[in-house]
Amino acid sequence: MSEARPAPESLAALFWAFTRLALQGFGGVLAVAQRELVERLGWLSREEFLEMLAISQVLPGPNIVNLSLMIGDRFFCLRGALTALAGMLAIPCVIVLGLASVSGALLEHERMAGALRGMGAVAAGLIVATGLKLLPSLARNPVGRAWALILALAAFGAIALLRLPLVWVVLSLGGLGMVLAWQGLKAPPPGGSA
Amino acid sequence: MMGHSLSLAQYGDLFLHYLLLSLLSIGGAITTAPEMHRYLVGQQGWLSDTQFTSSIALAQAAPGPNILFVAVLGWNVAGPMGALVTMLGIMLPSTTLVLAATRWAREHKQTRGVRAFTAGMAPLTLGLLVATGWLLAVPYVADPGHRWATLALMALSVLLVLKTRIGLVWLVLGGGVLGALGIV
Repeated sequence: MSEARPAPESLAALFWAFTRLALQGFGGVLAVAQRELVERLGWLSREEFLEMLAISQVLPGPNIVNLSLMIGDRFFCLRGALTALAGMLAIPCVIVLGLASVSGALLEHERMAGALRGMGAVAAGLIVATGLKLLPSLARNPVGRAWALILALAAFGAIALLRLPLVWVVLSLGGLGMVLAWQGLKAPPPGGSA
Repeated sequence: MMGHSLSLAQYGDLFLHYLLLSLLSIGGAITTAPEMHRYLVGQQGWLSDTQFTSSIALAQAAPGPNILFVAVLGWNVAGPMGALVTMLGIMLPSTTLVLAATRWAREHKQTRGVRAFTAGMAPLTLGLLVATGWLLAVPYVADPGHRWATLALMALSVLLVLKTRIGLVWLVLGGGVLGALGIV
Protein backbone atom coordinates (compact mmCIF):
# COMPACT_ATOMS: atom_id res chain seq x y z
CA MET A 1 0.00 0.00 0.00
CA SER A 2 2.97 2.33 0.43
CA GLU A 3 3.47 2.92 -3.31
CA ALA A 4 1.27 5.72 -4.61
CA ARG A 5 -1.84 4.15 -6.01
CA PRO A 6 -5.17 5.78 -6.74
CA ALA A 7 -7.88 5.29 -4.11
CA PRO A 8 -11.61 6.06 -4.06
CA GLU A 9 -12.16 9.69 -3.14
CA SER A 10 -15.37 9.20 -1.21
CA LEU A 11 -17.93 6.64 -0.13
CA ALA A 12 -20.09 7.71 -3.05
CA ALA A 13 -17.25 7.03 -5.48
CA LEU A 14 -16.84 3.60 -3.92
CA PHE A 15 -20.56 2.86 -4.18
CA TRP A 16 -20.78 3.82 -7.84
CA ALA A 17 -17.59 1.99 -8.75
CA PHE A 18 -19.09 -1.23 -7.42
CA THR A 19 -22.49 -0.57 -8.96
CA ARG A 20 -20.82 0.09 -12.28
CA LEU A 21 -18.85 -3.12 -12.23
CA ALA A 22 -21.81 -5.17 -10.99
CA LEU A 23 -24.02 -3.90 -13.80
CA GLN A 24 -21.47 -4.96 -16.39
CA GLY A 25 -21.31 -8.44 -14.91
CA PHE A 26 -23.63 -10.53 -17.01
CA GLY A 27 -22.94 -14.14 -16.08
CA GLY A 28 -20.61 -13.27 -13.22
CA VAL A 29 -18.72 -10.24 -11.97
CA LEU A 30 -15.21 -11.50 -11.36
CA ALA A 31 -13.81 -10.78 -14.83
CA VAL A 32 -15.25 -7.26 -14.76
CA ALA A 33 -13.94 -6.67 -11.23
CA GLN A 34 -10.40 -7.41 -12.38
CA ARG A 35 -10.77 -5.15 -15.40
CA GLU A 36 -12.28 -2.25 -13.42
CA LEU A 37 -10.41 -2.37 -10.09
CA VAL A 38 -6.97 -3.28 -11.41
CA GLU A 39 -6.85 -2.02 -14.98
CA ARG A 40 -9.19 0.99 -15.10
CA LEU A 41 -9.24 2.44 -11.58
CA GLY A 42 -5.88 1.09 -10.43
CA TRP A 43 -7.05 0.74 -6.83
CA LEU A 44 -5.30 -2.61 -6.57
CA SER A 45 -2.25 -4.15 -8.19
CA ARG A 46 -2.61 -7.50 -9.93
CA GLU A 47 -0.83 -9.15 -7.00
CA GLU A 48 -3.09 -7.51 -4.42
CA PHE A 49 -6.18 -8.51 -6.40
CA LEU A 50 -5.03 -12.12 -6.52
CA GLU A 51 -4.19 -12.17 -2.81
CA MET A 52 -7.57 -10.75 -1.84
CA LEU A 53 -9.25 -13.22 -4.14
CA ALA A 54 -7.32 -16.02 -2.46
CA ILE A 55 -8.60 -14.98 0.96
CA SER A 56 -12.15 -14.43 -0.25
CA GLN A 57 -12.14 -17.88 -1.77
CA VAL A 58 -11.35 -19.79 1.39
CA LEU A 59 -13.92 -17.90 3.46
CA PRO A 60 -17.60 -18.78 3.20
CA GLY A 61 -19.78 -16.59 1.01
CA PRO A 62 -19.61 -15.59 -2.64
CA ASN A 63 -16.05 -14.62 -3.67
CA ILE A 64 -17.07 -11.41 -5.29
CA VAL A 65 -19.14 -10.27 -2.31
CA ASN A 66 -16.26 -11.10 0.03
CA LEU A 67 -13.91 -9.22 -2.26
CA SER A 68 -16.12 -6.11 -2.23
CA LEU A 69 -16.26 -6.20 1.58
CA MET A 70 -12.48 -6.50 1.83
CA ILE A 71 -11.79 -3.70 -0.63
CA GLY A 72 -14.35 -1.36 0.94
CA ASP A 73 -12.97 -2.11 4.39
CA ARG A 74 -9.43 -1.40 3.25
CA PHE A 75 -10.25 2.15 2.12
CA PHE A 76 -12.98 3.25 4.55
CA CYS A 77 -13.20 0.55 7.25
CA LEU A 78 -16.65 -0.75 8.14
CA ARG A 79 -18.51 2.08 6.39
CA GLY A 80 -16.56 1.31 3.24
CA ALA A 81 -17.23 -2.42 3.47
CA LEU A 82 -20.97 -1.89 3.75
CA THR A 83 -20.96 0.77 1.03
CA ALA A 84 -19.11 -1.49 -1.43
CA LEU A 85 -21.47 -4.34 -0.60
CA ALA A 86 -24.52 -2.12 -1.12
CA GLY A 87 -23.08 -0.86 -4.40
CA MET A 88 -22.57 -4.41 -5.56
CA LEU A 89 -26.04 -5.64 -4.61
CA ALA A 90 -28.66 -2.87 -4.43
CA ILE A 91 -29.38 -1.94 -8.04
CA PRO A 92 -28.66 -5.39 -9.54
CA CYS A 93 -31.03 -6.87 -6.95
CA VAL A 94 -33.86 -4.56 -8.03
CA ILE A 95 -33.21 -5.45 -11.67
CA VAL A 96 -33.11 -9.20 -11.19
CA LEU A 97 -36.24 -9.23 -9.02
CA GLY A 98 -38.01 -7.07 -11.58
CA LEU A 99 -37.08 -9.61 -14.22
CA ALA A 100 -38.14 -12.47 -11.97
CA SER A 101 -41.60 -10.98 -11.51
CA VAL A 102 -42.20 -10.68 -15.25
CA SER A 103 -40.12 -13.39 -16.87
CA GLY A 104 -41.59 -16.80 -15.97
CA ALA A 105 -42.60 -18.15 -19.36
CA LEU A 106 -40.03 -15.99 -21.16
CA LEU A 107 -37.19 -18.20 -19.94
CA GLU A 108 -38.66 -21.29 -21.55
CA HIS A 109 -38.70 -19.61 -24.96
CA GLU A 110 -36.26 -21.17 -27.41
CA ARG A 111 -34.53 -17.93 -28.41
CA MET A 112 -34.10 -17.01 -24.77
CA ALA A 113 -32.51 -20.38 -24.06
CA GLY A 114 -30.18 -19.75 -27.01
CA ALA A 115 -29.28 -16.30 -25.74
CA LEU A 116 -28.54 -17.67 -22.27
CA ARG A 117 -26.29 -20.32 -23.82
CA GLY A 118 -24.38 -17.75 -25.86
CA MET A 119 -23.95 -15.46 -22.86
CA GLY A 120 -22.91 -18.39 -20.69
CA ALA A 121 -20.19 -19.44 -23.13
CA VAL A 122 -18.75 -15.92 -23.29
CA ALA A 123 -18.95 -15.54 -19.49
CA ALA A 124 -16.99 -18.78 -19.13
CA GLY A 125 -14.40 -17.45 -21.59
CA LEU A 126 -14.08 -14.21 -19.61
CA ILE A 127 -13.26 -16.08 -16.41
CA VAL A 128 -10.63 -18.20 -18.15
CA ALA A 129 -9.13 -15.03 -19.65
CA THR A 130 -9.02 -13.36 -16.22
CA GLY A 131 -7.08 -16.33 -14.89
CA LEU A 132 -4.61 -16.10 -17.77
CA LYS A 133 -4.18 -12.35 -17.22
CA LEU A 134 -3.33 -12.81 -13.56
CA LEU A 135 -0.83 -15.58 -14.37
CA PRO A 136 2.26 -13.29 -14.62
CA SER A 137 1.75 -12.21 -11.02
CA LEU A 138 2.87 -15.70 -9.94
CA ALA A 139 6.40 -14.89 -11.11
CA ARG A 140 7.07 -12.86 -7.96
CA ASN A 141 5.42 -15.39 -5.67
CA PRO A 142 7.71 -16.64 -2.85
CA VAL A 143 6.55 -20.17 -3.67
CA GLY A 144 8.81 -19.97 -6.72
CA ARG A 145 7.65 -19.76 -10.31
CA ALA A 146 7.89 -23.46 -11.17
CA TRP A 147 6.07 -24.59 -8.05
CA ALA A 148 3.42 -21.92 -8.49
CA LEU A 149 2.64 -23.17 -12.00
CA ILE A 150 2.54 -26.79 -10.84
CA LEU A 151 0.14 -25.90 -8.02
CA ALA A 152 -2.12 -23.89 -10.33
CA LEU A 153 -2.25 -26.71 -12.88
CA ALA A 154 -2.89 -29.30 -10.18
CA ALA A 155 -5.73 -27.20 -8.76
CA PHE A 156 -7.29 -26.91 -12.20
CA GLY A 157 -7.01 -30.66 -12.76
CA ALA A 158 -8.37 -31.55 -9.34
CA ILE A 159 -11.43 -29.31 -9.62
CA ALA A 160 -12.26 -29.22 -13.33
CA LEU A 161 -11.27 -32.73 -14.40
CA LEU A 162 -11.31 -34.94 -11.30
CA ARG A 163 -14.15 -32.99 -9.62
CA LEU A 164 -12.64 -33.39 -6.16
CA PRO A 165 -14.36 -31.53 -3.31
CA LEU A 166 -12.98 -28.00 -2.84
CA VAL A 167 -12.24 -28.57 0.84
CA TRP A 168 -9.71 -31.32 0.08
CA VAL A 169 -8.08 -29.36 -2.70
CA VAL A 170 -7.66 -26.31 -0.46
CA LEU A 171 -6.30 -28.36 2.41
CA SER A 172 -3.81 -30.32 0.30
CA LEU A 173 -2.62 -27.98 -2.47
CA GLY A 174 -3.26 -24.84 -0.40
CA GLY A 175 -1.37 -26.40 2.50
CA LEU A 176 1.56 -27.33 0.27
CA GLY A 177 1.58 -23.82 -1.20
CA MET A 178 1.71 -22.30 2.28
CA VAL A 179 4.58 -24.50 3.39
CA LEU A 180 6.54 -23.59 0.25
CA ALA A 181 5.73 -19.89 0.68
CA TRP A 182 6.76 -20.06 4.34
CA GLN A 183 10.14 -21.47 3.35
CA GLY A 184 10.51 -19.02 0.47
CA LEU A 185 9.83 -16.03 2.68
CA LYS A 186 12.57 -16.64 5.28
CA ALA A 187 11.86 -14.74 8.49
CA PRO A 188 11.20 -10.96 8.58
CA PRO A 189 9.89 -9.72 5.20
CA PRO A 190 12.58 -8.26 2.95
CA GLY A 191 12.05 -4.52 2.56
CA GLY A 192 8.59 -4.58 4.13
CA SER A 193 6.61 -2.80 1.46
CA ALA A 194 7.74 -4.83 -1.55
CA MET B 1 -45.39 -16.89 -9.67
CA MET B 2 -45.38 -14.70 -6.56
CA GLY B 3 -45.43 -17.81 -4.40
CA HIS B 4 -46.97 -18.51 -1.06
CA SER B 5 -47.66 -16.49 2.02
CA LEU B 6 -45.70 -18.15 4.77
CA SER B 7 -46.41 -18.27 8.48
CA LEU B 8 -43.99 -16.60 10.88
CA ALA B 9 -42.62 -20.00 11.89
CA GLN B 10 -42.00 -20.86 8.25
CA TYR B 11 -40.14 -17.59 7.68
CA GLY B 12 -38.08 -18.42 10.75
CA ASP B 13 -37.25 -21.84 9.35
CA LEU B 14 -36.31 -20.36 5.97
CA PHE B 15 -34.07 -17.78 7.64
CA LEU B 16 -32.31 -20.33 9.84
CA HIS B 17 -31.76 -22.60 6.90
CA TYR B 18 -30.05 -19.85 4.92
CA LEU B 19 -27.96 -18.76 7.93
CA LEU B 20 -26.57 -22.27 8.03
CA LEU B 21 -26.02 -22.46 4.28
CA SER B 22 -24.06 -19.21 4.45
CA LEU B 23 -21.37 -20.81 6.60
CA LEU B 24 -21.22 -23.83 4.31
CA SER B 25 -20.85 -21.81 1.13
CA ILE B 26 -17.08 -22.01 0.75
CA GLY B 27 -16.21 -21.44 -2.89
CA GLY B 28 -19.40 -19.48 -3.52
CA ALA B 29 -23.09 -19.81 -2.71
CA ILE B 30 -23.68 -21.82 -5.88
CA THR B 31 -21.92 -24.76 -4.20
CA THR B 32 -24.87 -25.00 -1.81
CA ALA B 33 -27.49 -24.94 -4.59
CA PRO B 34 -28.06 -28.72 -4.38
CA GLU B 35 -28.90 -28.33 -0.69
CA MET B 36 -31.25 -25.41 -1.44
CA HIS B 37 -32.96 -27.60 -4.04
CA ARG B 38 -33.40 -30.39 -1.51
CA TYR B 39 -34.94 -27.99 1.01
CA LEU B 40 -37.12 -25.72 -1.18
CA VAL B 41 -38.29 -28.24 -3.78
CA GLY B 42 -38.06 -31.60 -2.05
CA GLN B 43 -38.72 -30.99 1.62
CA GLN B 44 -40.98 -27.89 1.65
CA GLY B 45 -42.51 -28.11 -1.83
CA TRP B 46 -42.44 -24.31 -2.15
CA LEU B 47 -40.95 -24.37 -5.66
CA SER B 48 -41.20 -26.70 -8.66
CA ASP B 49 -38.12 -28.13 -10.34
CA THR B 50 -38.50 -25.78 -13.31
CA GLN B 51 -38.96 -22.73 -11.08
CA PHE B 52 -35.76 -23.65 -9.27
CA THR B 53 -33.68 -24.11 -12.41
CA SER B 54 -35.01 -21.02 -14.17
CA SER B 55 -34.42 -18.90 -11.04
CA ILE B 56 -30.73 -19.77 -11.21
CA ALA B 57 -30.56 -19.24 -14.98
CA LEU B 58 -32.23 -15.85 -14.66
CA ALA B 59 -29.86 -14.62 -11.96
CA GLN B 60 -26.84 -15.78 -13.96
CA ALA B 61 -27.98 -14.01 -17.10
CA ALA B 62 -28.96 -10.76 -15.36
CA PRO B 63 -26.25 -8.22 -14.53
CA GLY B 64 -24.82 -8.46 -11.03
CA PRO B 65 -23.26 -11.08 -8.80
CA ASN B 66 -24.61 -14.61 -9.19
CA ILE B 67 -25.46 -14.68 -5.47
CA LEU B 68 -28.67 -12.87 -6.43
CA PHE B 69 -30.10 -16.25 -7.43
CA VAL B 70 -30.77 -16.59 -3.71
CA ALA B 71 -32.96 -13.47 -3.81
CA VAL B 72 -34.82 -14.81 -6.86
CA LEU B 73 -35.46 -18.12 -5.12
CA GLY B 74 -36.78 -16.29 -2.05
CA TRP B 75 -38.91 -14.06 -4.26
CA ASN B 76 -40.46 -17.04 -5.99
CA VAL B 77 -41.15 -18.69 -2.63
CA ALA B 78 -42.82 -15.75 -0.90
CA GLY B 79 -42.44 -12.46 -2.79
CA PRO B 80 -40.43 -9.50 -1.43
CA MET B 81 -40.45 -10.81 2.13
CA GLY B 82 -39.07 -14.13 0.92
CA ALA B 83 -36.27 -12.41 -0.98
CA LEU B 84 -35.37 -10.32 2.07
CA VAL B 85 -35.29 -13.31 4.40
CA THR B 86 -33.15 -15.52 2.16
CA MET B 87 -30.70 -12.73 1.28
CA LEU B 88 -30.23 -11.63 4.90
CA GLY B 89 -29.78 -15.25 5.91
CA ILE B 90 -27.16 -16.04 3.27
CA MET B 91 -25.25 -12.76 3.79
CA LEU B 92 -25.11 -12.16 7.55
CA PRO B 93 -22.83 -14.95 8.80
CA SER B 94 -20.34 -14.89 5.92
CA THR B 95 -20.14 -11.07 5.94
CA THR B 96 -19.42 -10.98 9.66
CA LEU B 97 -16.76 -13.64 9.33
CA VAL B 98 -15.12 -11.98 6.33
CA LEU B 99 -14.91 -8.62 8.09
CA ALA B 100 -13.40 -10.16 11.21
CA ALA B 101 -10.90 -12.16 9.16
CA THR B 102 -9.94 -9.15 7.02
CA ARG B 103 -9.25 -7.01 10.06
CA TRP B 104 -7.17 -9.69 11.66
CA ALA B 105 -5.21 -10.37 8.48
CA ARG B 106 -4.54 -6.66 7.96
CA GLU B 107 -3.20 -6.20 11.46
CA HIS B 108 -0.89 -9.17 10.99
CA LYS B 109 -0.16 -8.41 7.37
CA GLN B 110 3.61 -8.36 7.67
CA THR B 111 3.93 -11.51 9.74
CA ARG B 112 5.46 -14.45 8.00
CA GLY B 113 2.40 -16.61 8.66
CA VAL B 114 -0.12 -14.33 6.96
CA ARG B 115 2.19 -13.64 4.04
CA ALA B 116 2.81 -17.36 3.60
CA PHE B 117 -0.96 -17.93 3.66
CA THR B 118 -1.88 -15.41 0.97
CA ALA B 119 1.14 -16.15 -1.22
CA GLY B 120 0.73 -19.90 -0.82
CA MET B 121 -2.94 -19.74 -1.75
CA ALA B 122 -2.41 -17.57 -4.85
CA PRO B 123 -1.48 -20.36 -7.32
CA LEU B 124 -4.43 -22.43 -6.13
CA THR B 125 -6.73 -19.43 -6.61
CA LEU B 126 -5.62 -19.05 -10.21
CA GLY B 127 -6.16 -22.74 -10.88
CA LEU B 128 -9.64 -22.50 -9.36
CA LEU B 129 -10.47 -19.47 -11.48
CA VAL B 130 -9.69 -21.25 -14.73
CA ALA B 131 -11.48 -24.37 -13.43
CA THR B 132 -14.61 -22.28 -12.74
CA GLY B 133 -14.61 -21.02 -16.31
CA TRP B 134 -14.21 -24.57 -17.55
CA LEU B 135 -17.03 -25.93 -15.38
CA LEU B 136 -19.38 -23.17 -16.56
CA ALA B 137 -18.77 -24.25 -20.14
CA VAL B 138 -19.12 -28.00 -19.56
CA PRO B 139 -22.95 -28.20 -19.89
CA TYR B 140 -22.79 -26.53 -23.32
CA VAL B 141 -19.76 -28.46 -24.48
CA ALA B 142 -21.36 -31.76 -23.41
CA ASP B 143 -24.22 -31.09 -25.83
CA PRO B 144 -23.02 -32.46 -29.23
CA GLY B 145 -25.22 -30.01 -31.14
CA HIS B 146 -23.47 -27.02 -29.63
CA ARG B 147 -20.01 -28.31 -28.74
CA TRP B 148 -17.79 -26.77 -31.40
CA ALA B 149 -19.65 -23.50 -31.72
CA THR B 150 -19.48 -23.02 -27.94
CA LEU B 151 -15.77 -23.82 -27.79
CA ALA B 152 -15.11 -21.45 -30.68
CA LEU B 153 -17.09 -18.68 -28.99
CA MET B 154 -15.21 -19.25 -25.72
CA ALA B 155 -11.84 -19.19 -27.46
CA LEU B 156 -12.80 -16.02 -29.31
CA SER B 157 -13.82 -14.28 -26.09
CA VAL B 158 -10.58 -15.29 -24.36
CA LEU B 159 -8.63 -13.89 -27.30
CA LEU B 160 -10.60 -10.63 -27.39
CA VAL B 161 -10.12 -10.10 -23.64
CA LEU B 162 -6.39 -10.69 -23.82
CA LYS B 163 -5.70 -8.76 -27.03
CA THR B 164 -8.18 -5.86 -27.01
CA ARG B 165 -9.69 -3.41 -24.53
CA ILE B 166 -13.24 -3.99 -25.71
CA GLY B 167 -15.83 -3.66 -22.92
CA LEU B 168 -16.65 -7.04 -21.39
CA VAL B 169 -20.35 -6.27 -21.35
CA TRP B 170 -20.39 -6.04 -25.16
CA LEU B 171 -18.75 -9.44 -25.44
CA VAL B 172 -21.42 -11.06 -23.26
CA LEU B 173 -24.26 -9.31 -25.06
CA GLY B 174 -22.72 -10.31 -28.40
CA GLY B 175 -22.69 -13.92 -27.22
CA GLY B 176 -26.36 -13.54 -26.27
CA VAL B 177 -27.25 -12.28 -29.75
CA LEU B 178 -25.35 -15.13 -31.45
CA GLY B 179 -27.16 -17.58 -29.18
CA ALA B 180 -30.59 -16.07 -29.79
CA LEU B 181 -30.03 -16.24 -33.55
CA GLY B 182 -29.22 -19.93 -33.19
CA ILE B 183 -25.66 -19.51 -34.46
CA VAL B 184 -24.03 -20.88 -31.32
